[in-house]
Amino acid sequence: MARAISHRKKMMWTALAWGIGLLIFFPILWTFLTSFKAEATAIADPPVWFFFDWTTENYTAVLERSNYPLALMNSIIIAVGSTLLGIIIAVPAAWAMAFVPGKRTKDVLLWMLSNKMLPAVGVLYPLVLIAKYFDVLDSRILLVVILMLINLPIIVWMLYTYFREIPGEILEAARMDGANLKNEIIYVLTPMAVPGIASTILLNIILAWNEAFWTILLTTVNAAPLTKFIASFSAPEGLFYAKLSAASIMAIAPILIMGWFSQKQLVRGLTFGAVK
Amino acid sequence: MTMKRTLMGTTVGLALVVGLTSSAMAEEITIATVNNGDMVRMQKLSPQWEEQTGNTINWVVLEENVLRQNVTTDISTGGGQYDVMTIGTYEAPIWGANDWLVSLNDGMAEDWNADDLLPAIRGGLTVDGTLYAAPFYGESSMVMYRTDLMEKAGLEMPDAPTWDFIREAAAAMTDRDADINGICARGKAGWGENMAFLTAMSNSFGARWFDMDWKAQFDSPEWKNTIDFYLGMMNESGPAGAANNGFNENLTLFQQGKCGMWIDATVAASFVTGADSTVADKVGFALAPDNGLGKRGNWLWAWSLAIPASSEKQDVAKDFVSWATSQSYTALVAGEEGWANVPPGTRTSLYENADYLAAAPFAQMTLDSINSADPQNPSVQEVPYTGVQFVAIPEFAGIATQTGQQFSDALAGNQTADEALANAQTLTTEEMEAAGY
Repeated sequence: MARAISHRKKMMWTALAWGIGLLIFFPILWTFLTSFKAEATAIADPPVWFFFDWTTENYTAVLERSNYPLALMNSIIIAVGSTLLGIIIAVPAAWAMAFVPGKRTKDVLLWMLSNKMLPAVGVLYPLVLIAKYFDVLDSRILLVVILMLINLPIIVWMLYTYFREIPGEILEAARMDGANLKNEIIYVLTPMAVPGIASTILLNIILAWNEAFWTILLTTVNAAPLTKFIASFSAPEGLFYAKLSAASIMAIAPILIMGWFSQKQLVRGLTFGAVK
Repeated sequence: MTMKRTLMGTTVGLALVVGLTSSAMAEEITIATVNNGDMVRMQKLSPQWEEQTGNTINWVVLEENVLRQNVTTDISTGGGQYDVMTIGTYEAPIWGANDWLVSLNDGMAEDWNADDLLPAIRGGLTVDGTLYAAPFYGESSMVMYRTDLMEKAGLEMPDAPTWDFIREAAAAMTDRDADINGICARGKAGWGENMAFLTAMSNSFGARWFDMDWKAQFDSPEWKNTIDFYLGMMNESGPAGAANNGFNENLTLFQQGKCGMWIDATVAASFVTGADSTVADKVGFALAPDNGLGKRGNWLWAWSLAIPASSEKQDVAKDFVSWATSQSYTALVAGEEGWANVPPGTRTSLYENADYLAAAPFAQMTLDSINSADPQNPSVQEVPYTGVQFVAIPEFAGIATQTGQQFSDALAGNQTADEALANAQTLTTEEMEAAGY
């Protein structure tokens, strides 16, 4: 009897989970379907679901009109580059805060996070002028540095939370065995924090991939990533929903696939720090 | 030794000459433009210019609002990232007056005939006698209506209807059971969305944004009449959720056969009569309505090509702008894609071309609409500003987007017309005072 109830309960939960999952996934599914429709079918009322003349015309049109490989390459370099640079800076910072906290460590952490609350547009002009002075407008290096700075508070916070889970005694033992600071961080701390670091990297790559303020305003051609690629297919006067959907699918596909492959890692990392 | 030196010198010299000439000959320019049919066609045909001149083009195609953010940031900081920018009649006079744009009074190709430009369009891009942008295509607004539904309602659309007729016809065409709404018009908040429509409409009701002392006029009876009429008509005969409808939403409704009339940009004419439209063979056109006061409720806009003063390749840029906005470009498009697809609304000669008039049924209406809009004297009353559906001051975009939210809110039924007008008056007055007017 008890087993039957738990079985029924389990079924219910599974159905609910599937329902919510489908609801969340629906916009992506609809975009995917629309990307294979003709423009007239895309706005048809009532909406057409699966039975229409599937066409790859939109993808051909999108590829013809823009430089997708360059935008993809730029997105990868900017997202991965800014995340790795951020990790290199954040690991020592988070180590210091987690293992040798000072009187003001909490304040520093909160101050770092508070920087995220500044409206980005407030520093747009100073940043553009600085970039112009150093002649780095429309360059990947500028975007790598800017996105690293923007996401640094989150990287430090996440790493700090993971590092706090690691007993300080282990590091002490390493020190007693004669490890210096560098070795302690590289050979003892980092391997133990791999799940945490991995999920931090994954989450920040996603954040950097989706960043659509700086990546659009600080680039023109050479460093323009996929966010700018999508913006070129949106139009307030003209119905190009099918082409826009094709461009969107092309822009999100790489990160979506990465997300699927690293799903376990991502979920474990995200819940790891929260359940104390 | 001497021989060797001479040889080396010659080689270096030659290399330098080759390097210099090739860099002087082949320049690379960056062009920012909007994503619409005419501009995409220009991008497609531009390899012909590249072949003729040996220069190459980097295209940055963006959605209108994103483009505006990009080019405004670039031009106001002197970023120099773009050599040609696509801008509208709102930006051209403001940026021209700031010396951010290069004058096009000279340096254009010889056969680029400035006198052939439509006077209303040319006037909107000129500041103190200096032309700052070359119009690529011009548009106004007009009434598009379903001929079959009009007939069914037992009415006949005049070429130049009044607002009262439009409201009456809208009510007669509305059939809620068949999901047909008599009138579709913009309701979505934004200075280029509902405020473009309402500002143009208010001109025909005798209203104005500011008096000659730059005092906001939303407390005037003319504005009250405009908003009362707009809300009344939309509530009677407009589609559900009209407060969220912009150009694309209304275009979708019209193409699906759910609008009896639609008042919007002339550029829509080619869409509603195009292959994607289910009502293509049942569409008629008429001038934007008036109230018998001498001004019609239509706007005037021209997407134009301008060269920022920060560009280091102004000569090449001028060569491109000459090419893309010339009469020969029109002929090129006609040859490749047919006369119906040439960019409309910029040159007198196009409207004297029999082939074009035969291919584009909406041509005469577009020309009449453009000619009836006067950016220098947009309203019945005297105004201190230029612009038909906008006020060409930098503060306008921000103020009009906020007032647009008030009127959109009123259309959604969240506040009354009087409340919306009072709020618009207060916030416009505050913003203008803060800006030092």
